[in-house]
Amino acid sequence: MAKKHLIWNERYECMPDSKKKELQLERLKLLVSRVYDKVAPYKAKMDAAGIAPKDIKKLEDIAKLPFTTKEDLAANYPFGMFAVPMKKIIRIHSSSGTTGKPKVAGYTKNDIKMWADVMARTLTCGNTTKNDVVQNAYGYGLFTGGLGAHYGVEKIGATVVPISGGNTKRQILVMKDFGVTKMCCTPSYCLFLSEALREAGLEPGRDIKLNTAFLGAEPWTRELREQVEKNISIDAIDIYGLTEVIGPGVSSECMEKVGLHIFDDNFYPEVVDPDTQQPLPLGEKGELVFTTLTKEAFPVVRYRTRDITRLIPEKCACGRTHIRMERLTGRTDDMLIIRGVNVYPSQIESVIVQIPGLEPHYQILVDRQGAMDMLEVWIEVSPGIFTDNIKGLEKLEKRIRGEMESVLGIGVKLKLVEPKAIQRSEGKAQRIIDRRTVYDK
Amino acid sequence: MVKQISVFLENKYGRMAEATEAIGEAGVNIRALSVADTSDFGILRCIVNDTEKALKVLREKGFTASATPVVAAEAPDEPGGLARLLKIPRDNNVNVEYLYAFVTKSRDNAVVILRVDEYEKLISLLEKGGVKVLTEQEAVSL
Ligand SMILES: [Zn+2]
Repeated sequence: MAKKHLIWNERYECMPDSKKKELQLERLKLLVSRVYDKVAPYKAKMDAAGIAPKDIKKLEDIAKLPFTTKEDLAANYPFGMFAVPMKKIIRIHSSSGTTGKPKVAGYTKNDIKMWADVMARTLTCGNTTKNDVVQNAYGYGLFTGGLGAHYGVEKIGATVVPISGGNTKRQILVMKDFGVTKMCCTPSYCLFLSEALREAGLEPGRDIKLNTAFLGAEPWTRELREQVEKNISIDAIDIYGLTEVIGPGVSSECMEKVGLHIFDDNFYPEVVDPDTQQPLPLGEKGELVFTTLTKEAFPVVRYRTRDITRLIPEKCACGRTHIRMERLTGRTDDMLIIRGVNVYPSQIESVIVQIPGLEPHYQILVDRQGAMDMLEVWIEVSPGIFTDNIKGLEKLEKRIRGEMESVLGIGVKLKLVEPKAIQRSEGKAQRIIDRRTVYDK
Repeated sequence: MVKQISVFLENKYGRMAEATEAIGEAGVNIRALSVADTSDFGILRCIVNDTEKALKVLREKGFTASATPVVAAEAPDEPGGLARLLKIPRDNNVNVEYLYAFVTKSRDNAVVILRVDEYEKLISLLEKGGVKVLTEQEAVSL
């Protein structure tokens, strides 16, 4: 039986290829002139590369433009990459940066409208209609997940339950009593919840009406999908996005579940070789790079996501002409995603180096206990911080943990260990041990 | 004033044995010993007959160890003797961070090791109160 495919914005989602290329080129030219005029760091980089807006004559010319990296965002923190004056900005979101300072995104009224549209497309990819009740368990706040999904649900006219993250008992109560049919959360939380639902003896179809979950903010495996889908008889849809590009709503699987459709009338994708930084032939695996074609407040040109994937040029059975990207297969940097939150080891190090006497001998251990990610940081007790007093060491432990939790925004288990307890290979400590399987093999 | 050696220990089976073995192999004698611990880590505290040598060998073996000034005093060998000794810092607002006591063959009385910030003040208070305070020489030759 053919799968049912609802489409939110047929004009753009099913636009013929040639017409879309025209649209993309037209938008790219406008974007490049605009950032050249309005955003000093772009002008500086383009001048240094000897490229002017008039040099963009065809889509392929995008490869002449310099890349934008997370380091550029850090150097221009917080608002230095914005292309409009603050009075035009109606909202700010942020996510972890490589140091103690976050990556900051601004949105104009039109950006919020466009975001709601791409999130409506995402939710419609999983056949959401105004008859649905959507439980939004993404965190509300500076994190883009909560409000991003929220506006998409409202755009469709479905009922949003803005429950935010955590409190599994309440999640279950709401799901059951409110007749929730769709859910947004991280894949690991969805697995956790699905097990909690089963333990509570709630039967899919009878006690709960949930039929689809939109899972994003962290990579996940096929096995995890199969488990969630089997546990509570739902369709689990992979959704993708990042704060620097817009938040959730950059791409989404349709009910075919073969790759994620990139909303490429707004977000132009490239895949480049992470080492040579040269564009790769269509379909080859490399680092995903995005250019935002329509964003006003915080446009990015050739932003290096550090996510590894490939583009799928073949047409999809759902009828959308949006190009697809394969499920993520890795990263080109050391960023960890823990309970949906981006964590850079450098953030952890930044806390350690600012504590007097503490030496940067540490190790980060990540594991999954049940469905929950655990972050543990081991720090060697150096002579500089050692005291013969238990209370003194406990106080120090509490202080380090408190500072890490405030920088990272997630719980940390801290362990003080003896010097040299951390394995060193060829004199260099192995900083990160991630025991989870988050990518397909 | 007497020097105590303090060693950081992970709560891992056998680590305390390894630390004391390291001291023993260096030909250093442990005179008194106490361990304080939490669920994650512990601190070994001991009085030895050669502090510098013990510190050196422990550090060579990769332990974090330091020398801590402590006060060693004899508790009068009578009912309530220890309580009478402890009353002195309490009455004079000297904060005792921790203490441990032990008995030795060489002395009739129990020896109490006290960790305080103001050890000079405590020593003179104890002596005024008629308590025998051990010199470093006396402590290491217990
Ligand atoms: Zn499709």
